[in-house]
Amino acid sequence: MSEIVVYSVVTAVFVGISAGYLGSLMVLEKMALVGDALSHVALPGLAIGVLFNFDPLVGAFAFLFASAIIIWHLQRVTKISFEALIGAMFTFALASGILLLGDDLEALEEALFGDIAQVTIWHMGTAVIISIAAILLTKVIYRKLVLAMISEDLAISKGINVARTNLLYLFLVSLVVAIGIQIVGTLLVGFLVIVPAIAAKNLSGNMRRYSVYSAIFGVAAAVLGILLANYLGQPPGPMVVFSGITIFAVTVLVNWRLKLTR
Amino acid sequence: MKTWLTMAEENNYILKVSDLAVKIQNQTILDHLNFNVKKGTTLAILGPNGAGKTVLFRTLLNLVPHTGSIEWTEKVKIGYVPQYVAVSDIPMSVREFLSIDGGVDLENSLKRVRLTDLSILNKRLGTLSGGQLRRVLIAWALNDNPNVLLLDEPTTGVDMDSEEPIYLMLNSIKETQKITIFLITHNIHIVQEYADYLLALNKCLTFCGPAEEIAKPDIQRQIYGETVCVETMRGEK
Repeated sequence: MSEIVVYSVVTAVFVGISAGYLGSLMVLEKMALVGDALSHVALPGLAIGVLFNFDPLVGAFAFLFASAIIIWHLQRVTKISFEALIGAMFTFALASGILLLGDDLEALEEALFGDIAQVTIWHMGTAVIISIAAILLTKVIYRKLVLAMISEDLAISKGINVARTNLLYLFLVSLVVAIGIQIVGTLLVGFLVIVPAIAAKNLSGNMRRYSVYSAIFGVAAAVLGILLANYLGQPPGPMVVFSGITIFAVTVLVNWRLKLTR
Repeated sequence: MKTWLTMAEENNYILKVSDLAVKIQNQTILDHLNFNVKKGTTLAILGPNGAGKTVLFRTLLNLVPHTGSIEWTEKVKIGYVPQYVAVSDIPMSVREFLSIDGGVDLENSLKRVRLTDLSILNKRLGTLSGGQLRRVLIAWALNDNPNVLLLDEPTTGVDMDSEEPIYLMLNSIKETQKITIFLITHNIHIVQEYADYLLALNKCLTFCGPAEEIAKPDIQRQIYGETVCVETMRGEK
């Protein structure tokens, strides 16, 4: 196995765990498409990195962070839903990214669908550190977020600062999305946030099982996809998606046969 | 003239509200509310839809900007049960919900709300019946040992046969744990049977006084007829 594949698989393990775990909350918050749309916001950052010859991942981080703050602030001021604001932001970002990368079709394809050949030891290390930090911090705020989902008033009456907790969560999702981009690309990284979680939901009767299964299915989809992409010589993004959808289909069948969540 | 719900001595009150007003987006939701609440009693809050009942609760919880004063007369710990909770889509078990803050005697917690079958702990919140869910929410609110309980329509989603046992249970909790209960309801029978005092709202107070007065037709007209704000308390319990 080549060095690059090892880096990619290790990155995929950590991205899969963190995206699955954080995604479990995103799906419950009915913000599944927020994770997806947020990933496209990274495109102009990637484009600027390519154009000005610095690591595109840094550009992606910068754009995701800035977008998370703008969206959070706009939501508080205007009370427009997260989905609508992110919808507006992501189409704007996608348009800007395509304009910036318009002439460089190869870079555009890499940005949209991922490229494991670009994963370095530095990327792998970043992914490991960010994933661990995101998982630990999410674990700390998990209870607060779930309570706010059940009833925001209930959470606030318990002294929970819901707005601040949501901002931190949005930041953490942005981080995980940014590190996931190198594996599956901006177009498909949202998949890693949504599908492992909905697959886990099919099999879970409690939150603990749900969050653990989400992380496991995230890893399974990401690693299987990387290995398939390497074996078949295909871009990793679509392979990760096919692996994840297969897992999801199996969980639907299991739930249908065993009626696990009814 | 400033008047209070009860005229008992100062230290009998747990809450004093004076000249409370709430405006949301320039619309008056609550106006000129003055009332006191006596410790260890049940106050029913009645009024048509849009009267400001839930906003009053949210204001008492300090969740809504307001003018006027809300003075809890001792260090209160408030347990709150909102009318609506989003649990149908969350794969959370009753065990996980009740122990979300840790350090809870689950068996005792369920016993307090008269849920004796412990197998309910492994059920998902979203699969509970309306009555079971309400009891679990009340059990959760009681976990912190509050001295005030705010219940926003505590029998929402509960069939008619199961309503009465919930109020009986609340009465017993009030007696044994010396809790002051505030409850929003639309049910006049519940007001008569289980509340000590009644506060009728329609942005301003339309009635405040002993709960049994709800039986009088003129009081019902006062509450449900054309809005006439009152400043004086009727009678005393």
